[in-house]
Amino acid sequence: MPAEPEVIDLQPATPKDILGAGHTFNTVTDQISNVVLTGKMPLLWYGAIAAALGLLGIFSLALVLIFAKGVGVWGIRIPVGWGWAITNFVWWIGIGHAGTLISAILLLLNQQWRNSINRFAEAMTLFAVVCAGMFPLLHMGRPWIFYWMFPYPNAMGIQPQFRSPLVWDVFAVSTYATVSLLFWYVGLLPDLGTLRDGGKNRFQKVAYGILSMGWRGSAKHWSIWETACLLLAGLATPLVLSVHTVVSFDFTIAIVPGWHSTFFPPYFVAGAIYSGFAMVLVLAIPLRSAFHLKGLITDKHLDNCGKVMLATGLIVAYAYLMETFTAWYSGNVYEQQAFWNRMTGPYAGYYWFLLTCNVAAPQALWFKKIRNSPAWLFAWSIIVLIGMWLERFVIIVSSLAQDFLPSSWGIFRFTRWDLATFVGTIGLFTFLFFVFVRLLPMISMNEVRMLTPQAKVDREETHVR
Amino acid sequence: MLGSAPTGIYGVMAEFETPTDLVRATNAAAAHGFHKMDAYSPFPIEELNHPLHLHKNKLPLLVLLGGICGGLTGYLLQYYITVWNFPTNIGGRPLHSWPSYIVITFELTVLFASATATFGLLALCGFPRPYHPVFNVPRFSLATRNSFFLCIEAADPLFELDKTKSFLGGLHPKEVSEVAN
Repeated sequence: MPAEPEVIDLQPATPKDILGAGHTFNTVTDQISNVVLTGKMPLLWYGAIAAALGLLGIFSLALVLIFAKGVGVWGIRIPVGWGWAITNFVWWIGIGHAGTLISAILLLLNQQWRNSINRFAEAMTLFAVVCAGMFPLLHMGRPWIFYWMFPYPNAMGIQPQFRSPLVWDVFAVSTYATVSLLFWYVGLLPDLGTLRDGGKNRFQKVAYGILSMGWRGSAKHWSIWETACLLLAGLATPLVLSVHTVVSFDFTIAIVPGWHSTFFPPYFVAGAIYSGFAMVLVLAIPLRSAFHLKGLITDKHLDNCGKVMLATGLIVAYAYLMETFTAWYSGNVYEQQAFWNRMTGPYAGYYWFLLTCNVAAPQALWFKKIRNSPAWLFAWSIIVLIGMWLERFVIIVSSLAQDFLPSSWGIFRFTRWDLATFVGTIGLFTFLFFVFVRLLPMISMNEVRMLTPQAKVDREETHVR
Repeated sequence: MLGSAPTGIYGVMAEFETPTDLVRATNAAAAHGFHKMDAYSPFPIEELNHPLHLHKNKLPLLVLLGGICGGLTGYLLQYYITVWNFPTNIGGRPLHSWPSYIVITFELTVLFASATATFGLLALCGFPRPYHPVFNVPRFSLATRNSFFLCIEAADPLFELDKTKSFLGGLHPKEVSEVAN
C-alpha cells in the first residue's frame, strides 16, 4: 500500500461544481473510507448518538406502556381512531421517498450530482421506512400477531380482505422496504470491496470481505452491475411513485369528507418528495461540516435540493388550492363543511400554521442567497418538515373529528405517550443513521471516482496503432 | 491447487496507471487475439465493453421472467383466495373483482423482479466467491482504489507465459506479474 495521503477538505472552485477541485481517486477513497476504517468520529457523532439513545429510552418506556395497557394510552378515541399514529406513519414514509428519487429517478435521468448524495439518502429511506412501519404495527394493538396481515394457510380458515387499501398498503410498504434494501446493497457492493482492501485490521478485512462477496472490480462484473443498477432503478421508479399513491388510497377510498378525492395520489407523492428533500438537507448540512465533506457534498448539491424542494412545494401549494376549490365547486355540503371546519374550526390553528410552513415560508427558496446558505437551508428544511407533519395531521384528524353527523363529532387530544412514541422514532432514526455513518461509507466511492477528471478515458489515445 | 504444474499459473497481470492506458491495453490484447482475459478497475469503464464483448448479459431476461412470475403470483394468489379459498361479499362486488387486485399484482411484480435483479447479479458474477487467484497479486488490492489491471488468463489458447508477459510488457504497464493459481 502507498503512504496514505492527508485527508483534505477541498473546496470546490466555483459554486457550480459538484466535486471539489483537486480531488483524485485517492482523496475520494480516503476521505470517505477513513471515516469508517479509522473510526475517528467528530463531536457531532457522539452528540447525535447520545441524544438518540436518550430518545430510544423514552421510546422503550412508551412501548412497554403500549404493550402493557394497550393503545388507549395514546389520545386515539372514536371518532378519531387514527390520530398521531397514522400521521407519523405517513410522515415517515414520505420522508423515505427522496432517497429513492435520488437513487433511482435521478440515475435514469443521468443526473451526476446524485452520485455523492445517493448513498446516505438511500440509508435515510430505509431507516425512515423502519420508523414508519412502527406505527401501523403498534396501532394494531396486538403487534405480536402482525403476520395475520399476510395471506398464509392458517387454522382459523380466514384470509386478508384484498379489496381493502389497508391490505394493499401492507404489500406496498413491505415491498418498498425490501426493494430499497436490495438496491442499497447492490450499490454498496463495490464499496464494500474497497473497505475490505483498505481494512486496517483483521476484523475489518473479514467483516467487509464477507459483505463484499468477493467483489474484485472485474469489467465483466461491472457490466452486469451497471445493468442491475439500471434495472433496479427502473423498477424502483414506479414503485416509489406507487407507495405514497397506495398510502393515499387509505384515505381516498374511504368516503370521509376531506379524504374522498381523486387527486390525493399526486398530491401525496409531491408532498412526500418535498419532506424527503427537507430531511436530506437536514442530514447533509451537519454531516458535511462535521466530516469535512464540503468538497464532495458541495453548495451546488444543497442548491439543487433547495430547488427540488421549491418545485415540489409549489405542487403541494397548488394541491391545497385545488383541494379547497374542488370542495367549494362540488356543491357537496359535507365536503364544504369539512373544509370550512379546517379553516375556522377547532383545528384552524394547525391549518393556518401548516399553510405558513408549507406554502408561505418556502417562497424564500426563490432567492439564491437562501439556497446558498447552509444555515438558512437547514432552518427552512426544519420548517418544511414541521409543515408536512401538520399537513398529515390536519388531513387525518380534522376529517375524522367532524364528519357527516354532528352528534358523533369529537375532539382529538394527544397524550404524552403520543409525543413519546413520536420522538422515540426520531431517536430510532437518528441512532440507525449514525450507526450507518460509522459502519458503512456514507457516500458512494465508486460513483464519485467517476466524477474526477482522472476517470475520463481519452478515446483518441485508446486506438491500437 | 498450488503446485500442479500446468495449472499453477492463473494468468499474467499488468497494472496500469490510468483508465486510458487500461482501455488501450485491452484493445491491443483483443486485437492480438486474446479472448480469456479480464480488466479490473475501481469504477465501471464503458470503453472496456467493446474489447471484452460485454454488450449483453442475461440479467434483463432473468428480471423479465422474475417480474412475470411475480405478477402471476400476485394475481393468482388474490384470485384463488377471494374466489375459491375465502369468498366474502364485500360491498356487493363480484368475487373476481380484478381492479382491486391491481395494486398487489404490481407490488409483487416489482418485488420479484428486484429480487431477481439482485440475486441474478450475484449468481451471474459467481458470488459469493471470497477467494480468487487475482487476489494473490499483492498490488491487486489497489484495484478497488486507484489502479487498473488487465489479466490474460492461462486458459487462453494463445497463452504462453513468456510471450504473454513480454506482450503485456510492451503495453507500457507499471508492472507485470504472474498470477498464482
